[in-house]
Amino acid sequence: MTRAIAARQYVSDVAVLARKDARLELRSRDTVPAMLLFVVVALVVFHFAVPADLSEETERIVSFGLLWVALLFTAILGLTRAFVAEREQRLIDALVLAPCDRSAIWLAKTIAVVAFLLLAELIALPAFALFFEPVDAPTIAAILLANIGIAAVGTVLSAVSAASRTRELLLPLLLLPLAIPIIVGGIGASVTDEPAQFLAFLALYDAVFAIISWSTFEYVVTE
Amino acid sequence: MIQATALGRRFGDRDVIRGLDLDIPHDAFLLVTGGNGSGKSTLLSILAGLLAPTDGLLKVSAGRGEIGYVGHEPLVYRELTPLENLDLFGSLYRVAGRRERAGVLLERYSLWDVRDEHVSTFSRGMQQRLGLCRALLHDPQLLILDEPYAALDADGSSLLDDQLGELAQTRTVVVSSHMPERIESLATLQLAL
Repeated sequence: MTRAIAARQYVSDVAVLARKDARLELRSRDTVPAMLLFVVVALVVFHFAVPADLSEETERIVSFGLLWVALLFTAILGLTRAFVAEREQRLIDALVLAPCDRSAIWLAKTIAVVAFLLLAELIALPAFALFFEPVDAPTIAAILLANIGIAAVGTVLSAVSAASRTRELLLPLLLLPLAIPIIVGGIGASVTDEPAQFLAFLALYDAVFAIISWSTFEYVVTE
Repeated sequence: MIQATALGRRFGDRDVIRGLDLDIPHDAFLLVTGGNGSGKSTLLSILAGLLAPTDGLLKVSAGRGEIGYVGHEPLVYRELTPLENLDLFGSLYRVAGRRERAGVLLERYSLWDVRDEHVSTFSRGMQQRLGLCRALLHDPQLLILDEPYAALDADGSSLLDDQLGELAQTRTVVVSSHMPERIESLATLQLAL
């Protein structure tokens, strides 16, 4: 098989699997509504938790910090459910047996998670603007980059934790330490006057962890 | 097609399979029997490539795309319809003319009339029939069926009898069953665990 044909087949596999995940979510509506509700409720709680007498600069830093925390926990909520069908119905066996590159399963799931996160953020960012302050372009760029990193790492860890009985505990325990650079980069891009270096840092994180996740997924889903 | 030497599989301290030698030629029909916990499902999972042996050597002369497997679960998405499931797996298995092939199998297993209904509304037996359709979709060279009659009613069992009768002539088939008398006549090899 030539490289071009193999690449076309790979893209086709990813598209088929991502479409399947989107279809499953459209049918079950298990994940995205929960993410939407969670992020809005979290922002409402945070709104009442922030003292009113903070200086403008402090309030800005705290607000964006809370936004990033809310987005990260919303992502964890979505990632916890990323492999529900594959786990409960043992469908990961069917996918692993198929003659496609197993990294296509990871990439398709990552794309689906990014899409779900974007939907949650479509609600979260206006809600944040309502309760706290408007979101600027660097913040949006940082969130888009962070989505890729969180989904790339989180999908592998979700597959790891799906095999465990304590999966709901295991995923946050594994993901949160790895998400610290995303939080640092995201808040940095949101609150500083020179966000470029933080955006570059997030892009580098995405590239490094996407390559690691892509290349290790096969070993996660097979013995 | 399958050669195993001193094959073993351990879960923790427990040896589920130990020192198993196998030589299954092409077009053979292996019937695996044994009581609960004897290691039938573990062996079939190893042969399918879902589990790795902890001891011994195993050589299976069929690639992933040439193996059809039905385990204890039908391995189909319950939120999708039969057609959507077979279209998905047909695409992943690169089945030429997959929609026609899916139609033929659904017709044969009496699922054509419910092709657009969600699998979650199906009985366990209907899901098992669909699982068989999925496993047969790509016309596998090696068919591995773990207790395939378990959830099937009389009609479904009869359909599977016919299918196995056809495949026994041209494909390598490995079947585990609590009802060995049903397919004993097809078996060219038997393994009691």
